Formats: sequence, structure tokens, C-alpha cells
Amino acid sequence: MEVTAYKTNMEFFVDMQRCIGCKACEMACAECETNGQESMIHVNYVERAVTIQTTVQVCMHCDDPVCAKVCPADAIAKDDFGVVQSANTARCIGCSNCVMACPFGVPKKEEKYDMMMKCNMCYDRTSAGKKPMCATVCPSQALFYGTREEINRMRPNSTPVNTFIFGQQVVTTKVNIMMPKGSTQLKVH
Amino acid sequence: MQFSLNRKAALIAFFVTLACVVISFYGSRKLQNFDPALIAYLFGTLFALFGGVYRYCVWLQRPPTWMYFKRTWQFVFTGSFFTHAWFMTVDAVKNLLFQRFIYPRGKKRWLAHFMLASGCMAAFAITIPLTLGWINFTLDPGTALDPGATNLYYANFFGFRVMGFKLGSPLAFLIFHALTWCSWAVIAGAVIFLVRRLTNAGLIASQTFEGDLLPLILLIIISVTGLGLNFSYAFMKGIAYDFMSVTHAISVILFLVWIPFGKFFHIIQRPAQIGAHIYKKEGQKKGMAVCPYTKQAFTTQLHVDDLKTVTKQVGFDFTLEDGTSHLDYSPEGKRDLLALAHLKARQEGGSFFG
Repeated sequence: MEVTAYKTNMEFFVDMQRCIGCKACEMACAECETNGQESMIHVNYVERAVTIQTTVQVCMHCDDPVCAKVCPADAIAKDDFGVVQSANTARCIGCSNCVMACPFGVPKKEEKYDMMMKCNMCYDRTSAGKKPMCATVCPSQALFYGTREEINRMRPNSTPVNTFIFGQQVVTTKVNIMMPKGSTQLKVH
Repeated sequence: MQFSLNRKAALIAFFVTLACVVISFYGSRKLQNFDPALIAYLFGTLFALFGGVYRYCVWLQRPPTWMYFKRTWQFVFTGSFFTHAWFMTVDAVKNLLFQRFIYPRGKKRWLAHFMLASGCMAAFAITIPLTLGWINFTLDPGTALDPGATNLYYANFFGFRVMGFKLGSPLAFLIFHALTWCSWAVIAGAVIFLVRRLTNAGLIASQTFEGDLLPLILLIIISVTGLGLNFSYAFMKGIAYDFMSVTHAISVILFLVWIPFGKFFHIIQRPAQIGAHIYKKEGQKKGMAVCPYTKQAFTTQLHVDDLKTVTKQVGFDFTLEDGTSHLDYSPEGKRDLLALAHLKARQEGGSFFG
């Protein structure tokens, strides 16, 4: 974490409507060295009975991460690049506070390890200036990692949004979701 | 980073340290059994105690930590105390003594941690009471004066005789070399971890020198110099004893002073895992929370209710317009709701893509 080639001009852009549910990202995620063969990305079917919609969810790396704030063991920390790191293995007590408090439903409690694990944006790769595994394999570019200029060129009719409304709570994140042009926020509730 | 003294924690830490000094004064029979050669270790130990209690108290004041601490003791002292005490004992043996939870993460990793942890714990159990003068050894005057008799040695705790053993016996060999066995265990464990940290790409990316490598290096230095002391007088006629003794003292005192602030604090934090287990077990008895979206039970209702309180205490409010909360939804439910909200926004925007 000390010597790093993290590119601060690179950002993560997610467009759930482009997800085709191929789960290539799941396979690629398990290749990430920081996860130890566990896939951290979530690919869900949404209302499977009536729609073929799938959704993909990476850690949104909140500016003010609730997961870290509710952790009783101080096991979760946000680094200087705004990446919310996975639980410190020495500290995590497997209480699942972070799993239940995350507004995006991201952290996973690995019962067999009695520990929480989550996406840390492939820190082994991004800290070396590379793209996260999931973004490199996504065939439909539902997951895209690149510069803002690149995404603006590729998606002229969309706007990256990183503000989310959950009732009374406004959450801002490092990761963006692609929304209709001109959008400023995504209201979940 | 701004530092502000937490008065409550400082007061508790001061009184605990004071109590330790008083216990040690009388426990060493008014310093009669105190070994002055260990004076530097004594101050290191007292600092570690003060710092450890201070940080523990600061840590407990964090809303989520306090919630678990409070709930754990509420559960233990309400209902069947002995059932909880038994559960905690079994859990402590399994997860604190044998660190069973590490085994599924890797057999070699567990073995390394078990050697490291048991070596450190045994060394603490021996050296801390010795440093504080709680334990001392005395030679039986009767056998000491008789040239034909095998000398009898006594181990005393707080000045009370606990056990006796003959010098030169296998038991004496095991007891006098107890720290040697600890050192070998710590070295083996620390070297395995060090190799892992220097070769595993994931760890290389996420570790820090002071947070992850330095603790291992420090433990190796402590153990090697400790072994060196033994080797010096046993095999080297005392050569380099002074050097070993000074480097050992410096590294141990650094270790003691660092316990409250660095990686080693996880030793003090780990018992909280037992609290988390009791919390889950008791919560299940009270009933599970069902996600309004997936209609599946996902955690205990107690957990959801407590999290609503804790999130508000730490500055988040997930209350929805209808009075329910976003926290009532399971992780899967939350992901689906986000996807549906996105779908709706795209539909309203007139195009699914763009």
C-alpha cells in the first residue's frame, strides 16, 4: 500500500442495464489476489419470474463508508485514494454489522472464515495501475474502468452519477452509475 | 492527526495500572521477590497495561463496540448464566486458544498463527508475572546445604509455595527452558507469515511495513535474542551475553510499548468475537428479520433493530418515508431495489442504454 501506481484519473462506471448475467465478472473476481479465490462481485436476477433483468454490484466505495463506521472492531478503513479496503483479517470478528448496514448490500460474510470480505477494487491491480478484473472481462461494458473522458465519448447520452438517496440518507460514492443524460442522483427509496 | 485525551479512559487506565502496582508491591512481598534486573521490563509492562486499558476503553466508547459489549454481558447475566459461561468457555478454547476460525483460511496459515499465538501467550504468562515479582523461585535451604542431596527448587506465586522440583530433573529442564520453547514456536510461525507476506501478491498490495511486516520482524528479533541469551551461557561461555541482553530488552520494551497502538492490539480485541457469537445465538432465539423484498429471513431482528440505533449514533439515517428503514431489507433485497430504481430511471429517461 506504500509504493503504488494507482491512477487517480481512472474511475469505475457501472451500467446495470447493460448486464447480460454472463457472470464472467464473478469468475474474474475470484482471480483477484486480494480475495483469495473468493468472488466478491454480486450478480443477481431481479424478479426472475417476470423479467430477465440481471444486476451487477461492486463495492461503491462510499465517501463516508457506513460499513467502516458500524464496524465494532475498526477492521474497515478507507485509504488515501478513497478505496474502502476489505476487512483487516486480524481485527474482523465476523459480526456482520457491515453486511447488514451497507446500503448497497455489498459486503459478504464468509461463514467458514468467520470474517467479512468485500470488493476492494482489485487493489493488487489498481494499485499497480491496472484495471479491476471484472471490468477487464465484462463483454457488455456494464462494468467499465477508465477515464471520465473515455466514458463521455462512449456514452454521450448518459451521465455518471454517484449520489444515491435511501430515504433520509444521501450517500455519495467513488464508483459511478450510468444514468440518463442530465441525472444528478439515483433515488432508491 | 489531532490527539485529544479521553479522560474517562485515562482515569480507568490510571486506576488499573495503580492497582497492578499495588498488587505487585504486596505480591512480591514488598519487593522482596522483585528482580531489579527486570526494572526496564517492569516499566514497559506498566506502560503496556496503561496504554492497553486506555485504548480498550476508548474503543469501547465507539457506538457499535459498546452495543456488542453491552449486549454480550446483558445476555450472559440474564437467563441461564451457566449455559452462557459454558458456551463462552468452549468458544474461547476453540477460537482463542486454538484459533479454529483461521483453519478454513488455510492449514499452513493456521499452524503458523497457532505457533505464533501460543508462543506469545505462553511467554506472556511466564514473563509478566516474573517481571511484576508475582512469581519467584527459591532454593530449599535444607537440600542446598547438603552436598550429597539433589537440590530442591520451589516455584512461588505471590510468595506462596506452589510447586517444588529437583534441579537437573526433566521437569526442571522443561521449566527453565520454557521461554526457549516459546521462542522456537514464535520464530517458526513468524517466518512462515513473513514468507507469505513477501510472496503473496494480494498481501503485498494491501499490507504496510509498520502494520504487518514490522510486528513479525520484531517478534523474530525478540525470539532470536532471547534464544541467544540461552545459547550464550549454555554453549558460548557467556560470549555476547551483554549484546543479546540489551537488544532483547530494547526489542521487548518496544513490543510492550507498541501493544496498545499497533497490530498487537488485535490480541486484546479478539475476545470480542465470542461476544459476536453470543449475540447471534441469542438473537436467533428472539426471532429472525424477514426482508420485505425477498421475503427471506436474513439476520436476527435484534441485529436489524440495534443497527438502526447504531447507524443513527454514527450519523446515518436510513429511515424511509413510510417510517420503515432501508436497513429492514436484506443485502440481496437492497441490491435488487437499486437495480429496479436504475431500471425505472432508465425507463423514464426513454432509453435503456446511452
